Amino acid sequence: MPVYDILLDSKIRHILVRHEQSAAHMADGYARASRKTGVCMATSGPGATNLITGIATAHLDSSPIVAITGQVSTSQIGLDAFQEADMIGIASPVTKYSFQPRRVEDIPVTVKKAFHIASTGRPGPVLIDLPKDVQMDSAEVEFPVKVTVRGYRTDYKPDPEKIGLAAEILANSKRPLILAGGGVILSNASEELQRVAETILAPVATSLMGKGSISEDHPLSIGIIGMHGSKEANRLIYEADTLLAVGCRFSDRTTGKLDEFCPTSKVIHIDIDAAEIGKNKCVDLAIISDAKMALEALYGALMKTLTEKKNTEWSRKIKEIKEANNVKAEDSSRDLTPPKILKELRRILPPEAIVTTEVGQNQMWASLYFKVLKPRTFITSGGFGCMGYGFPASIGAKTAMPNVPVVDIAGDGSFMMTENSLATSVTENIPVTVIILNNRMLGMVAQWQRLFYNRRYSAVSLGDVPDFPKLAEAYGAEGLRVGSLEEFSKAVKESLEGEVTTVIDVPIDPEENVLPMVPAGYSLKDVIG
Amino acid sequence: MPKTFIISALVEHKPGVLYKVSNMFWRRGFNIESVAIGTAEQEDLARMTITIKGEERDAEQLVSQLEKLIDVLKAARLDPQKAVIRELALIKLNAADPKIRSDIFHYVEVFRGRIVDVSPTSAIVEIVGSKDKIDAFINLTRDFGLMEVARTGETALIRGPESVRIDV
Repeated sequence: MPVYDILLDSKIRHILVRHEQSAAHMADGYARASRKTGVCMATSGPGATNLITGIATAHLDSSPIVAITGQVSTSQIGLDAFQEADMIGIASPVTKYSFQPRRVEDIPVTVKKAFHIASTGRPGPVLIDLPKDVQMDSAEVEFPVKVTVRGYRTDYKPDPEKIGLAAEILANSKRPLILAGGGVILSNASEELQRVAETILAPVATSLMGKGSISEDHPLSIGIIGMHGSKEANRLIYEADTLLAVGCRFSDRTTGKLDEFCPTSKVIHIDIDAAEIGKNKCVDLAIISDAKMALEALYGALMKTLTEKKNTEWSRKIKEIKEANNVKAEDSSRDLTPPKILKELRRILPPEAIVTTEVGQNQMWASLYFKVLKPRTFITSGGFGCMGYGFPASIGAKTAMPNVPVVDIAGDGSFMMTENSLATSVTENIPVTVIILNNRMLGMVAQWQRLFYNRRYSAVSLGDVPDFPKLAEAYGAEGLRVGSLEEFSKAVKESLEGEVTTVIDVPIDPEENVLPMVPAGYSLKDVIG
Repeated sequence: MPKTFIISALVEHKPGVLYKVSNMFWRRGFNIESVAIGTAEQEDLARMTITIKGEERDAEQLVSQLEKLIDVLKAARLDPQKAVIRELALIKLNAADPKIRSDIFHYVEVFRGRIVDVSPTSAIVEIVGSKDKIDAFINLTRDFGLMEVARTGETALIRGPESVRIDV
């Protein structure tokens, strides 16, 4: 209450949500779209614990947010007071750091430190848990211009010797492959990445978080690798003799069965977080550095080491494989299939448009078929796989980038988890477009039950409710249902010109699978479909 | 074959830090044998000495994960060959029987321990040394009236001037 009272006199824009989880997702979407730190705030106890899902989502995807929670008065902490929750205890495992200032004098330096920690190095969420009496108190305070946090590393430059070694390995490699993770996007290293890739003619696969780190229209882009990776990426990883992994953590969804992930190639791993080195994958050369600085230095070293253009045979092969797969992809005769819908959406949207996704089939279809052309224009819950993420994240992204179209690619199941954000988007006038790929199912679980449990569908059918266009209208948003690709195009174009959030309900076949797929725990060679 | 590793970590001496560090052990699934903690060379610093059982890789990861925590200022593996490693144990024994009482006195001498408390029916023995030495004493006395054991866990410093410390 005291903080909200002061907020009335401040220049900070406050956006009122209908559920705290959405607040954290909005702050996260804001941060990912803009490179700035997003902020969310909730009351003590249940308000604070409701933020946790969103904080954990930001944590696993290294998104910089500062979450402020109310806390009972210092004298009541530990007494199980009304709406008390141990937020430091609950949040510590899912934050980069958590603070609980116990004196009003500590607030300025705490806030400064929180933003510093959230936004530098490997970004992540920081929690400030603010006891009531500390909020109420007043004091003469100083606002520090700069803070240092001892025990917090801020030197992210690469070791030049190791860069030299990496350049040598890559210069001698005949079939290099680059795996770009979310770290490339976080450090704004797309240009540097592309320059290195073009220099050694290495195809670039990305993790889900790295999608958009290289334009997916680029001849060297081979799409996503992993469980729902592209065929080219999952195949070429086994043919490469050297893997340069940048800003990625070799998650299980990316590598498949770890022992069989690029077993014969040399692996160079660049990451800003020393604890990622050897956590999942043992590597031959580790460079602890900011991705942009490392790639810049690596490019410089390669220019000195390389004497001629090489790997032309390897790049020819990449081109052939890509072309072969392109032809195969166009064979469906039906109209409203997810691949067609997403390719059509790409055709309609400008390159700078931001797309968020929910979690499940919609997300994997988007990652396979929606080509991302610019970094920070594809926003998805990768690590945490948090259903309900996409819609509030789209509102956050739109707040950060009001002049850019923002579209949430949704599934019906995920959208229902945070659909009450419609109220926020309408009342706060933050218009986005929601495209619901509606199979009236928890589609991804249904897909697993279809493929691995002999079609025994358990707890996946959502029935025919709600009527999404009517639901949208009930909130004062626009609601449309489309029955053909043509209607879909028209609806999307209309929504982009509209001034209110539009929900486009696109009925799809509930039997539709996301393919290709590598079953959990299998090697990336074991592709279905 | 899992080995035992010793890690020395310098941490902020303030509330919540022990929780954050031990929470990380749990979350990352480390097999921690013991943790000894106390104020370090500066009032606002505490030193944790952590022993962990595992492979080489586990020890390396533990150091990285410790250093990643903002409240951990420094962490390093100690080479057991180049470190002084000690543990202190207080061991309460049933000493009502005069025969047993004299055996206890004898063993304490062999183990270079001290009797720090005696009552008509009990004695508390203090032993300082390696973990193995303390284990051996406890095993020896298990059959005749071992009542209570309190151990500090191993604590250690590198021999010579090399240190795990921060410049002030």
